[in-house]
Amino acid sequence: MLLADKYRPKDFANLDYHKEQATNLKNLTKDGEFPHLLVYGPLGAGKKTRITCILRELFGPGVERLKMETMNFTTPSNKKLEIMTISSNYHIEVNPSDVGIYDRVVIMDIIKNVAQSQQLNVNAAREFKVVILTDVDNLTKDAQHALRRTMEKYIANCRIIMCATSISRVIPAISSRCLCIRVPAPEESVIVDILQSTCKKEDISLPPVLAKRIAQASNRNLRRALLICETCKVEQYPFSDDQKIPELDWEVFIKKMAGKILENQSIETLSNVRKDLYELLSNDIPAGVIFETLLRELLRKSDVSIRETVIKEAAEHEHRLVQGNKQIFHLESFVAKFMYVYQTFMQEMFGDF
Amino acid sequence: MEAYLKSGKLGESSSKSSGKSAAPKKPKSIHWVEKYRPKAVTEVVDQSDVVSVLEQCLTGADLPNLLFYGPPGTGKTSTILAAARQLFGDMYKNRILELNASDERGIQVIRDKVKSFAQLTASGVRPDGKPCPPFKIVILDEADSMTHAAQAALRRTMEKETKSTRFCLICNYVSRIIEPLTSRCTKFRFKPLNENLAYERLAYICEQENVLIDDNDKLLNLLVERSGGDMRKAITWLQSCAILSGHKQKIGLQHVQEVTGVVPAHWLEEFLKVCKESKEFSALDSFVKKLLYEAFAVSQILDQLNEKIINSDEFNDKQRTIIGEKLGDVSFHLQEGGTEYIQLIELGNSIMKAYSIV
Repeated sequence: MLLADKYRPKDFANLDYHKEQATNLKNLTKDGEFPHLLVYGPLGAGKKTRITCILRELFGPGVERLKMETMNFTTPSNKKLEIMTISSNYHIEVNPSDVGIYDRVVIMDIIKNVAQSQQLNVNAAREFKVVILTDVDNLTKDAQHALRRTMEKYIANCRIIMCATSISRVIPAISSRCLCIRVPAPEESVIVDILQSTCKKEDISLPPVLAKRIAQASNRNLRRALLICETCKVEQYPFSDDQKIPELDWEVFIKKMAGKILENQSIETLSNVRKDLYELLSNDIPAGVIFETLLRELLRKSDVSIRETVIKEAAEHEHRLVQGNKQIFHLESFVAKFMYVYQTFMQEMFGDF
Repeated sequence: MEAYLKSGKLGESSSKSSGKSAAPKKPKSIHWVEKYRPKAVTEVVDQSDVVSVLEQCLTGADLPNLLFYGPPGTGKTSTILAAARQLFGDMYKNRILELNASDERGIQVIRDKVKSFAQLTASGVRPDGKPCPPFKIVILDEADSMTHAAQAALRRTMEKETKSTRFCLICNYVSRIIEPLTSRCTKFRFKPLNENLAYERLAYICEQENVLIDDNDKLLNLLVERSGGDMRKAITWLQSCAILSGHKQKIGLQHVQEVTGVVPAHWLEEFLKVCKESKEFSALDSFVKKLLYEAFAVSQILDQLNEKIINSDEFNDKQRTIIGEKLGDVSFHLQEGGTEYIQLIELGNSIMKAYSIV
């Protein structure tokens, strides 16, 4: 079992950070009153952990008896859809964006299903069920609109807990209906502490210097920190202070790509880069992430004077990328634009020689 | 429609049927937003135009087709539901058809369901002999998310059935409703709630619910101010504060800040400082990363930044224009789903540019 799963805290008392928030959340579950929740924060900050804690606090250990189920839906145009759900007697968890643009159907069906059946178990702690929707920021606008009134309508029988990385893509109409809970990423020092204590439990000795380096490499993402720690252990144990910390391969890949672009601006490079981009996309790296990493790499190595233009172009291309539906065009067009800007700049600089 | 009624009245009906044990528990789990929804048209706060029209209709005048538009949480849905309840009394269930974005309402539904509902005639008396208006109401909530085809299909239906049916369209943006429909309706704009009235309402709820608030005036005003005239938001926040602080505990400033998601001022100051002082990309890069790890809502950051820049003396008009324009762009890009990191970098870059102009 992975360390990250093995030592995931199961109730509020065991949480390592954001303790004050934990007491607040605990208060939330005590009263009969329980609002819809929208939990948001960066990757690996512990959103899911907090949600499971809330569920446990609400319904007791019964929520941990999970079963996987495939549910079937039919769209109005008679297309058959399948989606995986994880459910217990008290809750159901689903990621509607799995079905792409048909997410609205899933949301409507699931919530109506859950909401129309009352809690039959008399001994149940609560009279409502919980629907957990993950990745709400990837829902289509349509699906989000569908949620609005549904959330109010069925509030007697069901509560919705939503989980999102960034709240800016959630329409205000939804966030105004929920209690929004912000989960900031843990501080580096906290990650170091957690790494140390986890390793202690596993009987691994982790030198403080290495722990600090892992924490830095993790981008304040606790799950990633634990994974890195495990990978390091596989590569070399006992640890040494200056051990190599493995980088994510796609990051290395993008860095190399940025190097190519900076080195030579020509049609050949462009077609080379196209292959690389396809490779990344077909490996399911989100286009937004590719864009972000690429931009950071390019900016780091380019001059101040072109920075402004590059950033402006990036923002524009990125915007078009989410609007359009062929990601490769926009990525490639940005690369071409960057090459043009960079080359013009270089020629101006060294044109006199 | 029926489901709504179920949920709206669930408290009463189930406590009757399930006996004593559930009765004391039920009322607790009603959300304040639902509990304090206006029950009568006259209770609707601060929307005098529409209230006076509906009041006249209640006393017997004819009701035009309605189009309500305005920002969220200003009482559009509440108003029409309250009016319907008053107009039809117990028959309310049979006399309205409520369709919202969560229901299927493509062109097919408009053609079949709405049309057949509209064609039914309604009698002018209630079962108990009292008179009531001889029409039904079709409420199309969130009409701005209807397709244009579906809207177009409504046009003739709306006119043909005026005898027996009134339509009420509710939307946030009137510009998304096609012209032929708007010209068939009487338009009412719901304006954001007046701060004083919103404050009074919150204070009333606090009193009713026995909520204790530390430093009463200031915190309630903060809630009202941050809600920007959205009553639903303000009430949800108030309730969330009350729950977060625990039973019988006072609500403190930290609860209000947590719930409203206000970004602490020092972050904004640091943002400006980084833009002002650093000439290096890496400084901005690492600051934006750090800011994003805190997971603040970027729209909130933009809001507060906007306020700060407009009110501060540090910038001259030209600088403000540059930053303001970029704020608009960035906010638009984010709404459409842009990446927060890139957009914030872009914003920071413009602020740097603004600083370099003196």
